[in-house]
Amino acid sequence: MVSRADTPSSTPTKKPVIETKQSVVIRFAGDSGDGMQLTGTEFTRAVAIAGNDIATFPDYPAEIRAPVGTLAGVSGYQLHFSSENIHTPGDAPDVLVVMNPAALKRSLAELPRGGMIIANSDAFTDQNLAKVGYAANPLEDGSLDGYRLFAVAMEAHCKNALAGLEGVGFKEISRSKNMWALGLMYWLFNRPVDKQLEWLTDKFKKSPAILEANLRVFKAGYAFGDTVELFHETYQVESAPMEAGTYRNVMGNQMTALGLATAAVKAGVPMFFGAYPITPASDVLHNIAKFKSYGVTTFQAEDEIAAICSAIGAAFGGVLGVTVTSGPGFALKLEAMGLAVMMELPLVIIDVQRAGPSTGLPTKTEQSDLLQALYGRNGESPLPVLAAQSPVDCFTTAIEAVRMATRYMTPIVVLTDGYIANGAEPWKLPDVEKDIAPIEVKFRTDPNGYQVYARDPQTLARAWVKPGTPKLEHRVGGLEKDFLTGMVSYDNVNHQKMVDVRADKVLRIRQDLPPSVVEGAQDGDLLVIGWGGTYGALKQSVQRMASAGKKIGHLHLRWLNPLPADLERVFARFKKVIVCELNGTSKSGGQLWRHLRAELLVPALYYTKVQGTPFTTAELTAAFEAVLRGEPAPSSLKV
Amino acid sequence: MTSANAPSSPSSPAGNGLVKLTRKDFQSKSEVRWCPGCGDYAVLATVQRLLPEIGVARENMVFVSGIGCSSRFPYYMETYGMHTIHGRAPALATGLKVARPDLDVWVITGDGDSLAIGGNHTLHMLRRNPNLKVLLFNNRIYGLTKGQYSPSSEQGKISKSSPMGAIDYPINPLQFALGCQASFVARAVDVDKGLYDVLLKAHQHKGTAYVEILQNCVVFNDGAWFDLRDNKETKGKAQLVLVDKQPMLFDNGSKGIGFDRATMKPFVIDLVAEPARKGEVLIHDETDPAGMMAHVLAGMSYPQFPVPLGVLRRHTRPTYEDMVQAQHQKAAEKGVGDLKKLIYSGDLWDVR
Repeated sequence: MVSRADTPSSTPTKKPVIETKQSVVIRFAGDSGDGMQLTGTEFTRAVAIAGNDIATFPDYPAEIRAPVGTLAGVSGYQLHFSSENIHTPGDAPDVLVVMNPAALKRSLAELPRGGMIIANSDAFTDQNLAKVGYAANPLEDGSLDGYRLFAVAMEAHCKNALAGLEGVGFKEISRSKNMWALGLMYWLFNRPVDKQLEWLTDKFKKSPAILEANLRVFKAGYAFGDTVELFHETYQVESAPMEAGTYRNVMGNQMTALGLATAAVKAGVPMFFGAYPITPASDVLHNIAKFKSYGVTTFQAEDEIAAICSAIGAAFGGVLGVTVTSGPGFALKLEAMGLAVMMELPLVIIDVQRAGPSTGLPTKTEQSDLLQALYGRNGESPLPVLAAQSPVDCFTTAIEAVRMATRYMTPIVVLTDGYIANGAEPWKLPDVEKDIAPIEVKFRTDPNGYQVYARDPQTLARAWVKPGTPKLEHRVGGLEKDFLTGMVSYDNVNHQKMVDVRADKVLRIRQDLPPSVVEGAQDGDLLVIGWGGTYGALKQSVQRMASAGKKIGHLHLRWLNPLPADLERVFARFKKVIVCELNGTSKSGGQLWRHLRAELLVPALYYTKVQGTPFTTAELTAAFEAVLRGEPAPSSLKV
Repeated sequence: MTSANAPSSPSSPAGNGLVKLTRKDFQSKSEVRWCPGCGDYAVLATVQRLLPEIGVARENMVFVSGIGCSSRFPYYMETYGMHTIHGRAPALATGLKVARPDLDVWVITGDGDSLAIGGNHTLHMLRRNPNLKVLLFNNRIYGLTKGQYSPSSEQGKISKSSPMGAIDYPINPLQFALGCQASFVARAVDVDKGLYDVLLKAHQHKGTAYVEILQNCVVFNDGAWFDLRDNKETKGKAQLVLVDKQPMLFDNGSKGIGFDRATMKPFVIDLVAEPARKGEVLIHDETDPAGMMAHVLAGMSYPQFPVPLGVLRRHTRPTYEDMVQAQHQKAAEKGVGDLKKLIYSGDLWDVR
């Protein structure tokens, strides 16, 4: 079905039928310059405020402005919103909003037959069609007959809406079409526009002409839906059954920053945050740079090495040292991490993972820094590693990391990834007094009997001493130190004792870990193991199969080092174990898989994927079903 | 915020109590393990003599170093200290100073540590201007790794890694520092009395003080500074001891430095032969805000010119940590640390 309605009729037609849907997946796609990320985040805010559960997947190119109209330049934003609790941004879109032929070409394969396409027909010019290899205009040649296609001349509509407005030229008209599309989506999904108008008014309060243009175009998009006889139905997605409370819509990097600032306040210790800009981690720096009044100092260093080294220097000074980066930056920081291991100072290193190796795919997600985090330093230099599993969980994980780093006097690595860093979900706001425990940090001031490497018998942590404390002057550094006095020691037996005790200290963290929790079946045929940002997809897939009666359970690991002490007992409850992660190769297995096999001798299966995108529930379900049938897990590579 | 240069608290004017400390109080229990005859001993002794005099409590002093012979320095000081990784001391020290502006932070580094692997950190430390005292031990050789040419080694240097002579063009540390907008740049010889005064002035300066110490490696590069350090015959001719607001005279006052405006070049005036030209001798002005003459001085080398010693440039501009604190104070005016406000912000909605 092809509908063309480039001339809106002036009189409203009969109100379309409102159809209630359980959940909808929309993908906005266009050129990098088309403002798709903004349209996506704005609409996400609208549906979140309306009480839907949400999950998002922004997917954009590494280039700020790739050549206009090309496949390489397509920027997408997928939003899944639902009246039920959801955990993934959806395998495939129901509605595709495309601003040009390249966006259509990139996304069409994933749109199921019968899905809705709303296309900006103005961009389907011969030149743009040729750029992506369309011989004929797909909006007109019947090739989209299996879909519900709405071709709309968005730029022409914007031009009409902006007619007569001073200071608005061709560029502004072309740029405003994302707001027009947003207005249309508001209409199509029955969203109240008040909040959006308020937000626009606030955002552009300093430039009245731009504000007027945005308001006009947004309203025109909405009115278009209302007045043309184009859409036969609109959709209503009811509120999701969320727990009572106050909510806000948050993204992972924002939550990492919020968690760190919260930890600083809860510890009553200032925080020093050293960072060097890197995709996709820079937003943590941007967010936390606003939190100066929470005791956080941010320092944009000259490089990744200076970023971590400045944080170590600050930690020696008795403040909470933090640094954030992504894979390549993490590699540069490794030597300094070894120094922090040796000096036994608290330090939080956050790695927002992206696809590697080398520069890799900077804007695409992956979980391939696990082995680098666990083992990537010279010498025996163990440190704790934990991973956040969702945008909201970045908050909890950041606080947990500060708590453990200070309790055990150790550098600690937090792994997040590009997917949860940029993904959004609703956050039920905690009671800041009751829900977040204080972080107890002690500084030694008593010079009596002080020895630099004397240890707390329970945690094996050495004492943290602030310079400025009289009679506790001491030196630390990268050379091996005496087991007790902290003097430089080349003694061979002492070295082995120090290596052992540094490792034992990390293992001691086990005493603070809660028992492992399996979701779905508690015993039976298959245990699915995951870690980090794959939580939502694994949970959703396992949940569905378990409710259908399959004996399948899901265990998601927060702690990668040390591993929880009860893992072997949990594994023993299932006939098979499969480790799913976004790393590794289809032939040699994933990184956690290797780690678990090395640590526990568990004969686990693996399912890995490195395509820069999250797992889909469909591929996971297919893999688990194959394993349950006794077949090998299929490859994620679509051949 | 307390200034690091002022006594840290009235109750302890110097040291851990009310008793004035001595050089001995700054000697740690670690046995000093530099080679016999190493220039580092002289620097250590000078620093240990200086510290009791600067009015800072010992517990407020931190020595931070990188890697190299000189970087063992913090272990020998009975202060707080960090012996870190190669080249990174400026980054650690900057972080420490920003986090703890009340501390008196010293950086100990060498020509390999500061000018090779740590060149980038040195650059950015100097332009940011945190209140750090940086002692660059320049012996023009890699000593700890047993004798490879360094970034400050002269071209043609025969070393273990350059058997046919080094072809790398050497860096001039003070020209580099001035190019990085360093606010305090000075030079001294490890065994000369002038080192004490230069370090005192460095400490009094509020900002990064970069002091090149011409230091002798007795094992791998003995005599690197022979003409101006060891040879009594040439020493007077080879040293230009700079005194603020005084004429630039050397060789017992028999010679002076002039400057030709037409060619923009310095020249030597022989005042014995031409006493009438005394008026042409340049007057040293270390605090000149433009600091152009410091660049000229930093470029002078023996035998064409004497080597300038003392303070080449001293210019006060805001320190990095002060500017950080100012932003914190400004942010604090809007309220401090209300966690609920932080979390309950943005677009909120209630589910009942």
